[in-house]
Amino acid sequence: MIARKGDWVRIHNIVLEPDKRASHVPDDTKKCPLEMWVKGYLVNEEACIDDRVTVRTYIGREIEGTLIEVNPSYQHTFGDYIPELSYIGNQLRAILGGEDSE
Amino acid sequence: MSRDTSYDSIMSRKNEIMKKAVGIDYTEFEREGVVFDYEGMMKKTGYELNQVREIEKKTSVGDTPVYELKNLTKLARKIGGRGKGARIFLKDEAANPSGSFKARRAAVSVYHAKKLGYKGVVAATSGNYGAAVASQAAMQGLKCIIIQECYDSEGKGQPEIIEKARKCEAYGAEVIQLTVGPELFYTFLKVLDETGYFNASLYTPFGVAGIETLGYELATWFRENENKDPDVVVVTNAGGGNLTGTARGLLKSGATNTTIIGASVDLTGLHMASDNQFNKKSFTTGHTGFGVPFSTNPDRSDVPRSAARPLRYMDRYVTVSQGEVFYMTEAMAMIEGLERGPAGNTSVTAAFNLATQMDEDKIIVVQETEYTGAGKHVSAQLSFARENGISIEIGDPVNQVPGKNIILPKHPSLIKAKELDMMKLKKSYIKNLKTDKGFSDDEIKFIAEEIRLSEEEVKRIIEEM
Repeated sequence: MIARKGDWVRIHNIVLEPDKRASHVPDDTKKCPLEMWVKGYLVNEEACIDDRVTVRTYIGREIEGTLIEVNPSYQHTFGDYIPELSYIGNQLRAILGGEDSE
Repeated sequence: MSRDTSYDSIMSRKNEIMKKAVGIDYTEFEREGVVFDYEGMMKKTGYELNQVREIEKKTSVGDTPVYELKNLTKLARKIGGRGKGARIFLKDEAANPSGSFKARRAAVSVYHAKKLGYKGVVAATSGNYGAAVASQAAMQGLKCIIIQECYDSEGKGQPEIIEKARKCEAYGAEVIQLTVGPELFYTFLKVLDETGYFNASLYTPFGVAGIETLGYELATWFRENENKDPDVVVVTNAGGGNLTGTARGLLKSGATNTTIIGASVDLTGLHMASDNQFNKKSFTTGHTGFGVPFSTNPDRSDVPRSAARPLRYMDRYVTVSQGEVFYMTEAMAMIEGLERGPAGNTSVTAAFNLATQMDEDKIIVVQETEYTGAGKHVSAQLSFARENGISIEIGDPVNQVPGKNIILPKHPSLIKAKELDMMKLKKSYIKNLKTDKGFSDDEIKFIAEEIRLSEEEVKRIIEEM
């Protein structure tokens, strides 16, 4: 995909390589780089995914990084239906609706 | 000439960057050894309660509704037995502009930043505070950058945190998302250094002064409507600001007999900086992973001296499990008609169990709620837990193991707030002061104030250590 100047894009950077991580982080974390993502408008005339680019964030700061997404969208949801939750409402209504219900 | 932004260079200029970014010279309040002038700091750099009320009014923050949770109270009475079951009330802080009580803190921080002439504000937060700062920055016309710890090394993100990123971006903030690790602080300092913006820390006097109005509003509301102060106020505890601010507000309003109980979700055993364990938890705030270390070592925050010092104000500290909070979140929707975010319901869960043990003429107050939505919802969190290998069971929550299972209580009588040993926390506080040369009389006096013990008790603990 080709992104053009002014497109809203997402970029990625490595902030710290594993060997540069702070000494007090747990071992499993120390094996991984510290990574960073940010969104902004593409400053370059044109770019492809994986190109090094510059973006201007919504507040106008310029940040460099690797282009990973064009028109990034939110994918989080209310999740799946959770059958395990379904007893709760009826159980409570049954307890409350006992002998002294209004 | 561009400045050196390497890790070592930025970290070595930490104090200089911070001083510029909060406009407070903390050394002014430092005294001998571990001592610093807490009240002096709060007075000199903070705002009076009335000023804070005025500032918050400008953006319609605060004065949130209070609900009596009548069905939950009825349930607590059935479980508690004869004469038991305190009346449960709730302050609906989700009604604030950004959907949580954090708008109170943000309103004052952003106001202060603007007054001092800063062009923008930066906050390091994965929680509701980010949305609050972004919302206030939009209202007051400042630029805003939010830095979040959001993903594990596979790029998998906590749905709750992703939702908060969305909300911050909706308010026009720049959101920098990072993988797990305390070096977030480096990115934070680097951004402060590059931009010259204000550090809208949760832990400045302004951030905590913003919450004092919550305590004030509670005292006022209960006096006007119930002719008494609340007997107990339950506060979800993480960084300690919520508890500190609420308690200070109550005290300033003269509610000196109200018992303050902190409540956190029990995440014992999960390491907060672990990449593998990051997505094994279903709560990203209000849990013991923040609540305990920030109580026993308040100055581990992002400013040299934290204004949030929960051990100064906390009478008791209880924990509840993830499954209990999810059950109670469902209960709140189903029998109280209030659909709110799970993290804010931590204190509802604790309050429910505490109410069953209190006399029925007593009043127990839950002092906050938060908004709910995609990502910040029971079903979103439980789906995410299942994807990460956590089993979801219905049974007795006493068998929960954080990171392994989530147990929904099979009956509401199984919801139990577990008491944390306050003395153990106080001892940890002293241990965290890490000094090998002993303490002077002034230091003993200061420690006694910090952890609410007599000077004799402090001396005895130190001798025993």
